[in-house]
Amino acid sequence: MPREIRIDPVTRIEGHAKITIYLDDHDQVRDAQLHITQFRGFEKFCEGRPFQEMPSLMARICGICPVSHLLASAKACDALMAVQIPPAAVKLRRVLNLAQIIQSHALSFFHLSSPDLLLGLDSDPAKRHIFGVLEAHPALAKDGIRLRQFGQQVIEWLAGKRIHPTWVVPGGVSSPLSTEHRDQILAGIPEAIEIAQRTLDWFKGILPKFKEEIETFGNFPSLYMGLIDADGGWEHYDGGVRIIDATGKILAYQSAGSDYPQYIGEAVEPWSYLKFPFYKPLGYPQGLYRVGPLARLNIAQRCGTQRGAQELTQFKELQKGPVSSSFHYHLARLVEILISLEKMEKLLNDPEILSPHVRAVASANNFEGIGVSEAPRGILFHHYKINEQGLMTWANLIIATGHNNLAMNFGILQAAQHFVKAKKLAEGMLNRVEAVIRTYDPCLSCSTHALGQMPLLVQLVSKDGEVLDQLQRHK
Amino acid sequence: MSFLDLDQRLLSLAVQAELVYSPLVDIKEFPKGVDVALVEGAVSSTEDLEKIKNVRARTKILVALGDCAVTSNVPSMRNPFGCEAICQRAYLENTVNPLVPSQVVPALLPQARPIHEFVKVDVFVQGCPPSSDAIYQTLSEILEGRPPILAPQTRFG
Repeated sequence: MPREIRIDPVTRIEGHAKITIYLDDHDQVRDAQLHITQFRGFEKFCEGRPFQEMPSLMARICGICPVSHLLASAKACDALMAVQIPPAAVKLRRVLNLAQIIQSHALSFFHLSSPDLLLGLDSDPAKRHIFGVLEAHPALAKDGIRLRQFGQQVIEWLAGKRIHPTWVVPGGVSSPLSTEHRDQILAGIPEAIEIAQRTLDWFKGILPKFKEEIETFGNFPSLYMGLIDADGGWEHYDGGVRIIDATGKILAYQSAGSDYPQYIGEAVEPWSYLKFPFYKPLGYPQGLYRVGPLARLNIAQRCGTQRGAQELTQFKELQKGPVSSSFHYHLARLVEILISLEKMEKLLNDPEILSPHVRAVASANNFEGIGVSEAPRGILFHHYKINEQGLMTWANLIIATGHNNLAMNFGILQAAQHFVKAKKLAEGMLNRVEAVIRTYDPCLSCSTHALGQMPLLVQLVSKDGEVLDQLQRHK
Repeated sequence: MSFLDLDQRLLSLAVQAELVYSPLVDIKEFPKGVDVALVEGAVSSTEDLEKIKNVRARTKILVALGDCAVTSNVPSMRNPFGCEAICQRAYLENTVNPLVPSQVVPALLPQARPIHEFVKVDVFVQGCPPSSDAIYQTLSEILEGRPPILAPQTRFG
């Protein structure tokens, strides 16, 4: 008798999703699907608007990583204008992106996932949230709030507004950095580094407690994709696209982001509004790859900062070849916070960062432009076409969370097969399936939209609709 | 996200109010007898519509938070094109197996519309997003039993 378990909504993630777990006749988990339930249509409704509006409009895709969309969009516009933006503008955009990686990673680790890691995956769901962590482990929760605040504050100092700033424009940024703001940011970095290092040391210490989760939270061989600099180092803004396989072999050495249609295809499934990008040479769904912190650390051979380098080396010692458990996205995220802080300090100590030359001005000179950058959760492509008047005629967006869609589905299936015992459902089992999704830190708004509410009611339903068992997380 | 920009003020808020439902917590059913609900976003799918009716029925003070909730803003940009055209672009062009998702996912409403067109809204807080100061002011005033007057702190966009 085929049955299914539905988790609705998935919580402590950004955006809207539900999970269905399908059981076979013997109550064994047969399949699992992650459904992304909202869709907005940016790729169509941008049509007819001046391309210069795109950075501000596309930033509205997401409230967590608006800066990522700003940057990818502005880079696509730079390509439409056929300009090379001033060096100071590149550096300022980099600082902004690093600030966003710091705040977004802090949000994912502390606000969304630390309740699982600190209070326990089986702890009382009514208290399993950041306020519960504040009560039980105030020092750590306050560290998390402080670290995210620092990232957001840097964004505000640079760009004038914490969420949806308009400072990044086609051709560069709209205003130079003041000495005062540079000094304020630099003054805050040591404390932030201390918090990041303290959290890393603590988290590495408790990792052995999660042996079972490390083995089963999306632990499988896959490809990894991300940006890389000319020397094979960690990159987040420019550089080439590198793809490696499960053994670490390089499949694409330094592909141009603008060639993405040659190596990335998109599939669609009838049960999710989020599409399924795949690596074309391997086909669908074999061309599954992962992006984001885990992928970036797996492909990077070095990171170019002192503390970061130590952590990167230790990270790579977790496994021979690429680190394959999605559980380690958490650790990778903490390492990247540290790398980002150190890189930010370097950039701000470069006198050129205060240069008044921060914007190239041009009208449209190309009819097609592609912008690529790394969002906190992975690589991001914005692809635009315009007409003679500079009005948008077409857009395609491939967003970080989309790249991970196949991997997230594969990961929840693995965890469900290991943890979900359908004959005796427990809340902690289902929380583990959700926790797999949290490791990827998906930003579902990035393909869809906004907030809403639905009850969680897990039911075992027979084929003819009879409710056989029922579990409600909260009444 | 702007709510989280309250930073340390979250600590004092946690003392004064109990967070009973949010994407940040694991309670999955919107509880009954809620004093204040902050609702973001436009109503754009059948599921959104069901949810907002449920939230309204169980909430004393419903706050439409942000421009999408107040005016339907960016989500409503699809309205002149229609559902078919936006789905055509996303799912039928440039995919290896063109089809429009229709299983399990909720159907899109013909137009994305602001919340107050479907249910009564008690407080409107504009901004994309509203600043954390505006959110704090809203909640503080409500906690004090006063209707929030936000004109100086908020603007559209």
